[in-house]
Amino acid sequence: MIVLREVTKRFGAGPALDAVSLTVAPETTHVLLGGSGSGKSTLLRVVLGLLAPDAGEVTVDGVAVSPGRRAEIQRRIGYVVQEGALYPHLSAARNVGLPARARGWPAATIEARVTALARLVDLERPLLERYPAELSGGQRQRVSLMRALVLDPPVLLLDEPLGALDPITRTELQAQLVRMFRELHKTVLLVTHDVREAFVLGTTITLLDAGRVVQHGTFADLARRPATPLVTEFLRAQAPPPAMLEYF
Amino acid sequence: MARTRLGALLTAGLLLAAAAPAAAQPVRVGSKSFTESYILAEMIAQVIEETGEARVERKFGLGGTGIVYAALASGDLDVYPEYTGTIARAILKDPGVTTPAALRARLAERGLAMGEPLGFDNAYALAVARTTAGRLGLRTLSDLRGHRELTAAFDPGFLDRDDGWPGLRRHYGLEFGDVRIMEHALAYRALAAGRVDVITAFTTDGQLAREAVSVLADDRKFFPDYAAVLLARRALAERLPRTWAALERRLAGRLDSATMARLNAEVDLDGRSFAAVAASFLGARDGGGARRATLTRELPALTLQHLVLVGVSLAVAVALGLPLGILAARRRRLGQLELMGVGVLQTIPALALLSFMIPLFGIGRVPALVALSLYALLPIVRNTYAGLVSLDPQLVDMAAVIGLDGWKRLGWVELPLASVTILAGIKTAAVLTVGTATLAAFIGGGGYGTLIVTGLALNDAATILAGAIPAALMALAVHALFEALDRLAVPRGLRRRAAGPSGAPGTVLP
Repeated sequence: MIVLREVTKRFGAGPALDAVSLTVAPETTHVLLGGSGSGKSTLLRVVLGLLAPDAGEVTVDGVAVSPGRRAEIQRRIGYVVQEGALYPHLSAARNVGLPARARGWPAATIEARVTALARLVDLERPLLERYPAELSGGQRQRVSLMRALVLDPPVLLLDEPLGALDPITRTELQAQLVRMFRELHKTVLLVTHDVREAFVLGTTITLLDAGRVVQHGTFADLARRPATPLVTEFLRAQAPPPAMLEYF
Repeated sequence: MARTRLGALLTAGLLLAAAAPAAAQPVRVGSKSFTESYILAEMIAQVIEETGEARVERKFGLGGTGIVYAALASGDLDVYPEYTGTIARAILKDPGVTTPAALRARLAERGLAMGEPLGFDNAYALAVARTTAGRLGLRTLSDLRGHRELTAAFDPGFLDRDDGWPGLRRHYGLEFGDVRIMEHALAYRALAAGRVDVITAFTTDGQLAREAVSVLADDRKFFPDYAAVLLARRALAERLPRTWAALERRLAGRLDSATMARLNAEVDLDGRSFAAVAASFLGARDGGGARRATLTRELPALTLQHLVLVGVSLAVAVALGLPLGILAARRRRLGQLELMGVGVLQTIPALALLSFMIPLFGIGRVPALVALSLYALLPIVRNTYAGLVSLDPQLVDMAAVIGLDGWKRLGWVELPLASVTILAGIKTAAVLTVGTATLAAFIGGGGYGTLIVTGLALNDAATILAGAIPAALMALAVHALFEALDRLAVPRGLRRRAAGPSGAPGTVLP
């Protein structure tokens, strides 16, 4: 469970987050939808404790996020970013094992965990001996996801995890993520600007604009009962034109 | 870490090198870096060896009065040839002290002793071509008055010293049509070619013994005395009375200007070695062959010395620079101060930095190593700092999220990611140090610089190149070595990215 209460964060002039309140229920996937600069990524960084909010409070599984308890918070969270943020000097397997190694797990335990996760994300084990630069974009994001899962945290934060992938790989991975989140009972907060992704993955959705919550609800809520014209505009902008649909 | 262990080993080696020369008490003979000083020092050394009371350590070619005197004062040298005028002006800083008795009294306060004059003066003089002297009837400096049509070529030192041209001009009321700055040896050639009429000379220049040049007499006594003497620590005469007596007996009053000029000519113009010229003067049978052959024989030893200078100082610089760079990256404000400090070190001219080391570490290899280590610091600290602060922020954030903190973050993630930049800094430092290490010879640190310093003293391009070319080759070799080391020290994943044509779009900044 992730709870944000009236969280405000300013950079320079305008607020990046303006009194944002948000609750992600346990074992659901919540999608943060919004354009560039809407404050989505800032929100994730606040939850991770990488940024301290100017006002408001954040709790993860009942633990308040504060500078003193960052380590405790980060242990409960797996984090994936758009470009993967894999360490180029380590093989994929070493990247995946890094959080476990940092906590002093025995090598054999790490190895077993890496092999299990490889099966979970559908990667062949030998592939993990490669370096990030030797992997495809889709493979890299799978490895990044493995690393986020290695300590089996209850919460996953994903910042445009599929944003840099080609459409076919993206669609394939979206389906895989839906299955995985459900099987693993993870509480997920996922950031995207892709309406299709929000539709496929999100139990609930929050549309952010300029640091404010525009609307909160299911996809059906947003589509049928838009809080403002912006909601409709945002959803329609990415829908295929009617003439195009005739070809499907 | 293997690198740290290597650093510790080399630091230990440095300390051993510092402790070594305490064993037997040899007599350390010094010289400045010009022909006459080398020859006289060689004579001193040979007389001491002949007497057999003590071993001799030769520390020749030191870079100037400041350095040689500092070495004598700090006890790193026992004796070297000096000139009374220099003692009064540059050492005692009191041109009023002129008589030998007064000089001795003042030197005694400093624990130093001055021998009897060797017999010749090495003073500044003005010289003209013999034909010019005949044509214009020039015999003395006073005769030059009114000859405004003449052109002069003076060495840079003479032109602005108070006891040089400005004083001389006032004293004799001289005026020339054109006064040029020209290096000493070149001036002789210009005079021979008839391109200038009047040049500065030293009264013992080898050229005076050979060429059709007339020295004009200082008839109104402007130039101070520059009588050659031995300058020694008083303890030397007390510890080795027989040796000191032998030096006085064999050298004092034995060398007139003409003789000294002839000996200088044998080295400068005939290419004989210092040792051979000194030996034949002392009446021994010819000790060594041609100078060049002697120098070439030294090359392997000099190569080893040079390698030690570069290797040890680089290891020390890495051992210091890496932690300093890391500290600078961690504490940004302190880091700015630190980088400024290291930068300021770099602005100190190398020769000055070397001479600052003498009061602290004496002369020889140790002060050279300290100075070279300080000099090598900047590129290493800078690149370590730059490498660490320019890391992809996503990768740094991810380290925090993953739970890497402190040393783990540094050792597992930050240093490997910055390794390419850090290694480039070490490579720059290494190649620079190969060059800077040639200056070590000025404080008796050995290495290829020894040949360069000697060559400069002899105005002998071949000898200079004998030092400069191996140094350049060593710089190339060091560069190649580091290219190979790159392949070992840089993690495979980073190397591929640096080398591969396609790169890895997923691992660079968005």
